[in-house]
Amino acid sequence: MGVQTKSGARFRSAVDQTEIIVVRPASEPVDLRCGGHPVVAIGTEVPGSLTLDPAFAGGTQLGKRFADADSGLELLCTKGGEGALSIGETPLPLKDAKPLPSSD
Amino acid sequence: MHLGMLLDMAADGMADRVALGPLADGLTFAELARRARRLGAALALRPGERVGLIDLNSSAVPLTLFGSAIAGRPFVPINYRLADPQLRAIVARTAPATIIVGEGVADRVGPIDGIEFLSRAQALALAEDPAGVQANGWAGEPEDIAVLLFTSGTTGEPKAAVLRHSNLAEYIISTVEYAGSTEDEAAIVSVPPYHIAGISAVLSSTYSGRRVVQLEAFEPHAWVDTVRSESITHAMVVPTMLGRILDVVEADGAGLPSLRSLSYGGGPMPLSVIERAVGMLPDVGFVNAYGLTETSSTIAVLGPDDHQAAFASDEPAVRARLASVGRPLPTLEVSIRDLAGEEVPVDERGEIWVRGSQVSGEYLGRGTTLDSDGWFPTRDEGHLDAEGFLFVHGRLDDVIVRGGENLSPGEIEAVLLEHPAVLEAAVVGIPDKEWGEGVAAAVVTSGQVTEEELRTHVRTRLRSSRTPDRIQFRAELPFNESGKLLRRVLRAELADAFA
Repeated sequence: MGVQTKSGARFRSAVDQTEIIVVRPASEPVDLRCGGHPVVAIGTEVPGSLTLDPAFAGGTQLGKRFADADSGLELLCTKGGEGALSIGETPLPLKDAKPLPSSD
Repeated sequence: MHLGMLLDMAADGMADRVALGPLADGLTFAELARRARRLGAALALRPGERVGLIDLNSSAVPLTLFGSAIAGRPFVPINYRLADPQLRAIVARTAPATIIVGEGVADRVGPIDGIEFLSRAQALALAEDPAGVQANGWAGEPEDIAVLLFTSGTTGEPKAAVLRHSNLAEYIISTVEYAGSTEDEAAIVSVPPYHIAGISAVLSSTYSGRRVVQLEAFEPHAWVDTVRSESITHAMVVPTMLGRILDVVEADGAGLPSLRSLSYGGGPMPLSVIERAVGMLPDVGFVNAYGLTETSSTIAVLGPDDHQAAFASDEPAVRARLASVGRPLPTLEVSIRDLAGEEVPVDERGEIWVRGSQVSGEYLGRGTTLDSDGWFPTRDEGHLDAEGFLFVHGRLDDVIVRGGENLSPGEIEAVLLEHPAVLEAAVVGIPDKEWGEGVAAAVVTSGQVTEEELRTHVRTRLRSSRTPDRIQFRAELPFNESGKLLRRVLRAELADAFA
């Protein structure tokens, strides 16, 4: 059970304002969640009855990148929210940002 | 990823920061986005498939770049300095399109089928009209064309390089930290809007939250004045600009106290100029960036630490890195290959190939130049050293074939420039009855050197086949306004002069 990720695909949290975009797709469908609940594709209906799971309430910050080494999935947060991202119940780690010296 | 999203993210997360103009009364990111959405909504209703721009730098440049993206139309900034016939030909190739123009441009171009002009003032009025409809979201997909840039055509007919949203957006999100700039940072943009550096400056400043102050066009005094009055912290210049900036700073002795980072690229930088710059601006971090239009800007960077290490070192191999373009970005791959496409060993010269999601390598109407594995042959000659530093030696198409031997003009130019009396040097091949091609050099000197001294200077450092057969002393070399040597022009002039 999970979502098929495709480069450029956009998802939103079912329980808070978080929105994400896929930078690199996962090799297989992943059980991508935010705030403890599966994310939904942007443009599709959000189930109304869900609430933020306090165990996944660490927040997701606008502009941060996340990467899962196992599946190859890489995400960018395009709207911040209170929910934290996870694959199943495993929190999705932040990708170390090593910004380059400004060249343009 | 779509360019519309980069703007949305900046407007969402940094709404009240100043994006464009003076700190006191510039446009905030929220206002920039509002105006771009209004212009985008208006452009989407206009005829034509593309949105052109023939103008100096102004707020219309970022607004049209983002407005076109929002409207789902490719943005085509065109060189306003072209002679009228060339300009007309390029505009005709852009049809059907709406073209935003500065003063006098519409008259210069004249009527062309499928082209509608919109003045800069009209475009800005659409963007600023509080009653104007704001586009909701953006049109098109990440794989659609975001920008068409005509190459400078220094070697032939200009080609329109295709940059897709995904190419440019991938470059930005992989090299720029979102909101990574502090609020006091400001970049001066003096490169023209039709240069890839003009596009990437808008995008990277927006994504990092750095204020941009534009110069209509580069002029060294205005540049220095603006850096001082606007407390500019970041700048990007092409080599010819840097020398002229240093002349101004040296003459008035007031320095550039706010400047922290100065990146240079767009052509080979003479070592003497960068040494002078580092000496005069000791608190500035220098960044050498190498990239092509077809690669969505930078693909290799020599950062401030690399500059310092090279300067401080007595080891020739480390010192030499000052002449390198640094290391390839971690998000892409670089390979040096011979004519047969086989990778060559470290330190050996070949063609620079590059692969990565920011690389387009595609031209309108000509299709892709990527090979089946996604590698782009840049037509630049270069080598990698043992530590992975990339050295660029010039365009492969400029290689001189003298009696069957391939000579790289860049190598001979570098040696000429080492001579203290040589200010500028360019080497091209000219027809030669005996050798097929002969080596001709054009130099700008301080006057204290003879032709024979220069020949001896090269002969003792390179072999005799690389010594210029003919040398012309000139007042200046032919550069285009982006600091690119017009080799085709020079080759014709030298061939004539030495025929």
